[in-house]
Amino acid sequence: MELKTPLYEIHLKYHGKMVPFAGYLLPIQYEEGIIKEHMAVRTRAGLFDVSHMGEIICKGKDALENLNRLLTNDFTDMEIGQARYSPMCNEHGGTVDDLIVYKKKEEEYFIVVNASNKEKDYQWMLEHKLGEAEFEDISDKIAQIALQGPKSQEILMKLTSDIPEKYYHAVFDGKVAGIPCMVSRTGYTGEDGFELYLDNQYAETMWETLMEAGSEYGLIPCGLGARDTLRLEAGMPLYGHEMNDEINPVEIGLGFAVKMQKDDFIGKSHLPNKDSLTRKRVGLRVTGRGIIREQEEVLVDGNKAGFTTSGTHCPFLGYPAAMAILDKEYTAVGTKVTVIVRGREVEAEVVTLPFYRKSK
Amino acid sequence: MKVLGDLVYTKTHEWVKFEDETTALVGLTDHAQQSLGELVFVNLPEEGDDTTAGEVFADVESVKAVSDVYCPVTGVVSEINEELLDSPEKINEAPYEAWFVKITDITDKEEFLSPEEYEELVKKEME
Repeated sequence: MELKTPLYEIHLKYHGKMVPFAGYLLPIQYEEGIIKEHMAVRTRAGLFDVSHMGEIICKGKDALENLNRLLTNDFTDMEIGQARYSPMCNEHGGTVDDLIVYKKKEEEYFIVVNASNKEKDYQWMLEHKLGEAEFEDISDKIAQIALQGPKSQEILMKLTSDIPEKYYHAVFDGKVAGIPCMVSRTGYTGEDGFELYLDNQYAETMWETLMEAGSEYGLIPCGLGARDTLRLEAGMPLYGHEMNDEINPVEIGLGFAVKMQKDDFIGKSHLPNKDSLTRKRVGLRVTGRGIIREQEEVLVDGNKAGFTTSGTHCPFLGYPAAMAILDKEYTAVGTKVTVIVRGREVEAEVVTLPFYRKSK
Repeated sequence: MKVLGDLVYTKTHEWVKFEDETTALVGLTDHAQQSLGELVFVNLPEEGDDTTAGEVFADVESVKAVSDVYCPVTGVVSEINEELLDSPEKINEAPYEAWFVKITDITDKEEFLSPEEYEELVKKEME
């Protein structure tokens, strides 16, 4: 029995095509369809319900120490309002989840986790807790709406001045159209944009207010389908695809968020350094005919080279693309590969990630 | 949802237009294209391939999914609609004009639905 987010009725009103996802009913798309929704975010703006995601508070004298021990990144030296992305590893260096940590105040952090890992992450944090710190799962109290696209800032400026100037920063006690809300300059699309965290009770009003303010800019609601095609074009990993408990963050290119110079953290002893990787994440661009998807075998000159982790037709790029984990010797840009797609061979080549970068 | 009167239909949402006893065009219905969403890729058989009534002979892809297309007749592929290879969206735009293949030498067929029976089927599925 799937759960509903606070925006469920809104999705029905906007003719969302509802599907089960991470235990919730969410729209895979609305009437315009995935491609138009994707293009709206790349050229104007799109609005997403991401309330299914999890939010966990970590506070106390030893909050920072807990975070530094649980997560691979280093959370010392954060400003209030600053956010940092980090993988969370298990004892073997595999990935438990990837998440974002915000410094809310001294000794208090706001952590955002994947919907599909909410309960797992919370239990994991409790099990590994040290010293004087508390973890509180507040996911069920919080709705989240993402406004993404080049017009996002203009739209938001009509409703508030509580806009973080820098990427990966948030205004914690902001007000958008008079509604109390945390405004974070983050996103999962590769565009400029914002993620708004607010009390469930205001979610519908906030959504409709944003839709109205954005209407002159062509803002449309966007579903999970576009969320996936956007993040893939932007080369962003998705837990369960590019990483899982058997894939470590270093081999998929997240070394920037793994600080080996820290004191011990969970998984540290098993994490390879960049130069001793045996396999790596790459981008694949289809050169033949076909759409490459996840969990398909990749061959190079008849040799097994690895497997795809995500793939789809990419609306903005105009070609099908995929991410794959390949044995190191096959990861040079330009390497020609063959992907086995439902029994057929589809030609592709290794390209740099990301496939898409927004213009400055 | 459009259903054309001069075609016959299958339970798996293909339409069939018989040109004569042993020759037919096959495509996807309006209901099918609506359910599938915007199509971005089509896989067709090759000219000369055999087809068997009730078996998969092609597939179509939307952004999120691949869907099989079933051949309503047993015969031989005499022509494929190459336009669809470059412009799969034509299936969404004009499903009854976007024929996938022409089959000749038809020796067997599935049980077809009349336009009215097909409309009934879709109505039931939508409930």
